[in-house]
Amino acid sequence: MSEFSGTGALIRLILRRDRLLLPIWIALPPLFVVVVVAAFVSLYPTAASQQMLAAQIVNSPGLVALLGPVSAPTIGGLTAWRSSIFATVIVAGANVLTVIRHTRADEETGRYELLGSGVVGRRAPLSASLVVTLGADLVIAALVTGALVAFGLPVAGSVALGLSFAAIGWTFAALAGVAAQLAESAGVATGIAGAIFVLFYLLRAVGDANEQSGQSWLSWMSPIGWMRLVQPFAGERWGVFALFLGAIIALIVVAYTISSRRDVGAGILRPRLGPARATPWLRSPLALAWRLHRRTLLVWAAMFAVYGVMIGYLAKTSADLLATNPQLANLFAHFGGASAYTDSLFTLSLTFLGWIAAAYAITATLRLQSEEVEGRVDHVLAASVSRLRWATSDLAIAAIGSVVVLTAFGLLAGLTYGLSTGNVGYELPRMLVATLAYLPAIWVVAGIAMALYGLVPRLSFVSWGALGAFILVELIGETLQVSQSILNLSPFNQVPKVLVSGVSLMPLVSLTLLAFVLIIAGLVGFQRRSIG
Amino acid sequence: MSVIQIQNLTKYYGKTLALDGVDLEVEQGEVFGFIGPNGAGKTTTLRILLGLLRKNAGKVSVLGGDPWRDAVALHRRLAYVPGDVSLWPSLSGGEVIDLLGRLRGGVDQSRRDELVERFKFDPTKPCRTYSTGNRQKVALIAALVSDVELFILDEPTLGLDPLMEAVFRDCVAEVKRAGKTVLLSSHILAEVEALCDRISIINAGTIVESGTLAELRHLTRISVSVETAHPVTGLSEMPGVHNTRVDGTRAHFSVDAGAINRVMEHLTRFDVLVLTSAPPTLEDLFLRHYELQRGESAR
Ligand SMILES: Nc1ncnc2c1ncn2[C@@H]1O[C@H](COP(=O)(O)OP(=O)(O)OP(=O)(O)O)[C@@H](O)[C@H]1O
Ligand SMILES: [Mg+2]
Repeated sequence: MSEFSGTGALIRLILRRDRLLLPIWIALPPLFVVVVVAAFVSLYPTAASQQMLAAQIVNSPGLVALLGPVSAPTIGGLTAWRSSIFATVIVAGANVLTVIRHTRADEETGRYELLGSGVVGRRAPLSASLVVTLGADLVIAALVTGALVAFGLPVAGSVALGLSFAAIGWTFAALAGVAAQLAESAGVATGIAGAIFVLFYLLRAVGDANEQSGQSWLSWMSPIGWMRLVQPFAGERWGVFALFLGAIIALIVVAYTISSRRDVGAGILRPRLGPARATPWLRSPLALAWRLHRRTLLVWAAMFAVYGVMIGYLAKTSADLLATNPQLANLFAHFGGASAYTDSLFTLSLTFLGWIAAAYAITATLRLQSEEVEGRVDHVLAASVSRLRWATSDLAIAAIGSVVVLTAFGLLAGLTYGLSTGNVGYELPRMLVATLAYLPAIWVVAGIAMALYGLVPRLSFVSWGALGAFILVELIGETLQVSQSILNLSPFNQVPKVLVSGVSLMPLVSLTLLAFVLIIAGLVGFQRRSIG
Repeated sequence: MSVIQIQNLTKYYGKTLALDGVDLEVEQGEVFGFIGPNGAGKTTTLRILLGLLRKNAGKVSVLGGDPWRDAVALHRRLAYVPGDVSLWPSLSGGEVIDLLGRLRGGVDQSRRDELVERFKFDPTKPCRTYSTGNRQKVALIAALVSDVELFILDEPTLGLDPLMEAVFRDCVAEVKRAGKTVLLSSHILAEVEALCDRISIINAGTIVESGTLAELRHLTRISVSVETAHPVTGLSEMPGVHNTRVDGTRAHFSVDAGAINRVMEHLTRFDVLVLTSAPPTLEDLFLRHYELQRGESAR
């Protein structure tokens, strides 16, 4: 039996299982690109205004670190700058999750045994998921290219930008393929891929921000950096795609080599033996939820903390630059509204952070669903634990978890920035309050997940769609002039921008109330329906 | 006193009818077998008894309470082993046993150690590495450590090897001696025969037969293969003998439980060399049940 036999059948199986998810993540990057191009075309119609914007960006280390420098002061260059990082997050994330879901996760739950005993080779699951992700990535590339060309942008640049999305996506698919071979659990494999993403992002951020001081080699070390180094719309460097290709081939070879050498179900990273007895505190559903979630929470908190340090440090660097250049400072006062430049930088990064924290809240809430689908909840509910107590235990961890990750960011961003300006007492509380102001909006998103899970568990995944819609509303609102009633659909839009305009309690209270109503609706539904 | 009472229980999954008027009664202190083929509705019935599923119609009472309304209080007095044991991949087997025991009200350490020893179970491995049989052991030990009145076990021997199956039978016998009640589902007739005082047979959502094994004896036919020195004659004319096939000195037939003695006497006249018999399978039982029913309706 060939190691690849059955790949075709598995491809069809993946397409069938992901028939709802695939189109969603394929559609997001092109949609975003369209919004961005349309915004730049309408807001910066003249070459002069485009050049001014590009100059502002390039001279702002904070923005350069967050999103990279602008390669060309044109609509094309600005679009590439604005959309690359966002597209990377979506495309890389979707590729990683798709590959791990159809390789390690299937092996872990034993679904693979059913296939493996049929006519499916050991390399077939990995091959099938790589083929599907490659196909999806190429569709994204084609759609993005088509959209850009339709807006009248140069064909070469459009192709380069579209291809760079596909290239970064497939690089992470191959990387996830390796991670799936290493770890025995899908969670750990996703964690490995996520950590490498953060590492590459940071390499690029530091490299791009310090390009003038000759540290751009750091960007060359990171596939995320390569996306900008392709230079779409600025004399494309097609050779960079050879780097992508080389990395992908190397990763796939490694993944295949490990997959033919290891046992089904086993990884390379061996799990350690566990305790023979449970610790005395492991005696309630809340303790169980904590025991199951704590490692994930720790990883998320660490990620948010690193991000906090990075933003705090960048704000300081930017502030220094502005101090020596009053003309630039003047420009930035204009760019970020009436407030100080650093505050608008913080506010911008908080917007990102709110979305990511909401994604954490959804995953934490929907663990309820995976416990039910996997049948583990039966043990707990058959053992003298009420449904209310079980569900609220997991919800409590999700709610507290979102507090923890946000605090990690606010604390470290405030501390890093405060230490550098020598004014911790002032910066730290401000940053913390501004960060925690996102909590009610995040709880609303968690509430949507809970309401769906309790009332119509089959549609729980729609909560991801809701988050996507909120993000889209925000992005569109940021770049296009949209009516306030549409903007208000997103709970994030109601979050007071504390640093810019101060605290207002009303929206926080009403969002918290809304979250409560949603959660209670979910809990009521959950108590009335059948399990499983 | 009845520990479990089910009357006319009906359950739909969407439009599919899973239980169609099930009646069942389990008395205090007995081991009750609940058998039926795949998809008959055993798991569905048991999960309704635990308040995990909502019933559509009928009356259900467990330990004198309503399993849906009084779930939390009732569960302190019963233990459950699910049909498809799925555990938390990152917890060790020992942790799961302790946790589930504590959630039910406490773990007797010496009883726990004794069970771990008897089932030859290694509690230090993460659950993701356990085989099917070992996952089953986790659920069984977690259930058996608790000092409860009622055990609800859904195919408890699934994946256990014969040695462990014997250990399990001993445990059930002990539990019964202690005056506790056991309801266990299975699709293996032999297992139920070895353990249970009374059984109910379910097929396609309806109870087709109930009673003690002796009462159900009329359903059980043994299939026999025999090799004799002289060709057997006159077998197919004997009452209680069915499906006879004679092939020279070999004969195959099935025989009603009540007719075995007479048939054996008859066979010895032909000088028996080899005789093998197989207990009735669940399929035989169903065939026989429907044969009897057809006979009755024809009359
Ligand atoms: N969640 C569900 N949704 C829809 N139908 C279901 C569901 N669970 C069970 N069924 C159907 O209900 C019927 C009874 O299933 P049940 O699991 O109770 O059978 P069982 O007797 O336990 O079978 P087995 O011996 O295979 O465990 C089957 O036809 C099954 O397909
Ligand atoms: Mg079953």
